[in-house]
Amino acid sequence: MTVIERREVALVDLLDRLLAGGVVITGDITLRIADVDLVRIDLNALISSVNAQVPSPWGD
Amino acid sequence: MTGLRYVYAVCHPFGTPLQSQLSGVAGDPPRLLHHHGLVAVVSHVPERDFAEGPLRSHLEDLDWLTATARAHQGVIDALTVVTTPLPLRLGTVFRDDSGVRVMIEEREESLRRTLERLHGRVEWGVKVYAEPEPADGAQGGAGSDDGVPAGKAVSGRDYLRQRRMRMRTNENMWERAEAFAGRLHETLAAFAEDSRLHAPQNATLSGASGRNVLNAAYLVPREESEEFVELVDRQKDDVPGMRVELTGPWAAYSFAGEE
Repeated sequence: MTVIERREVALVDLLDRLLAGGVVITGDITLRIADVDLVRIDLNALISSVNAQVPSPWGD
Repeated sequence: MTGLRYVYAVCHPFGTPLQSQLSGVAGDPPRLLHHHGLVAVVSHVPERDFAEGPLRSHLEDLDWLTATARAHQGVIDALTVVTTPLPLRLGTVFRDDSGVRVMIEEREESLRRTLERLHGRVEWGVKVYAEPEPADGAQGGAGSDDGVPAGKAVSGRDYLRQRRMRMRTNENMWERAEAFAGRLHETLAAFAEDSRLHAPQNATLSGASGRNVLNAAYLVPREESEEFVELVDRQKDDVPGMRVELTGPWAAYSFAGEE
């Protein structure tokens, strides 16, 4: 439990920076920021449903 | 020859070689693409995963996102040892090397300006959590007696009174938490060169206990880091119900955008 918690915390800190920070450069392959924000919401939904019903995707 | 180009960061040229067994996104060790006196750090990644459609759906796959985010971070960390990288947002992908070169040419001036601004700086993350009065989910660690014997049968009136008291205590606690977080942020922001407030983290996502009332990033010259950490340490003393968490040093992700 502790290990999973620690990994989750690190991931969410990382995502704060990788999805909301960093220089935004429109590459040849375009993902708009709005899409990335949506991803975070999906992620929230995903994790709450995971917690409620099935084992954590981080395994162990 | 085929494959797309995933760009992690742009840097000034650096002499020291990158740590050798760095796996990189999609398992492709990062390569340096020199152009116009700047360096883009890139990996060759397959179209089947990084073209627009696949990338979009991958970003909703937590395992994939986790692996990619960690690989990205691994490269940025290695760069941080040898230079001050300007990190790009996760998932910045170009068709080929010439696409990357064109980007450098088009943005040269602003890239240089930002690199200059961040030179020798690191980012520290500071989060404050307010722990609600022990009622649920207390972690098994250090014992915190709340004095109220739980599970005793009480009359309806006693129950209501206790509940009201608990609600009032919690309200006070949120106020104190806000005030504490505000003071802490003010102190740290005054020390740091710059600061950013991130959205508070969702407890379900972070798995952390308590409510996240401050999620901030501070830009600090590398040589003042020790002092900054000590400052955080001093502020977090003796405040019941508040937990302060420090993360870092990070590359200056939160300060890489235009001012």
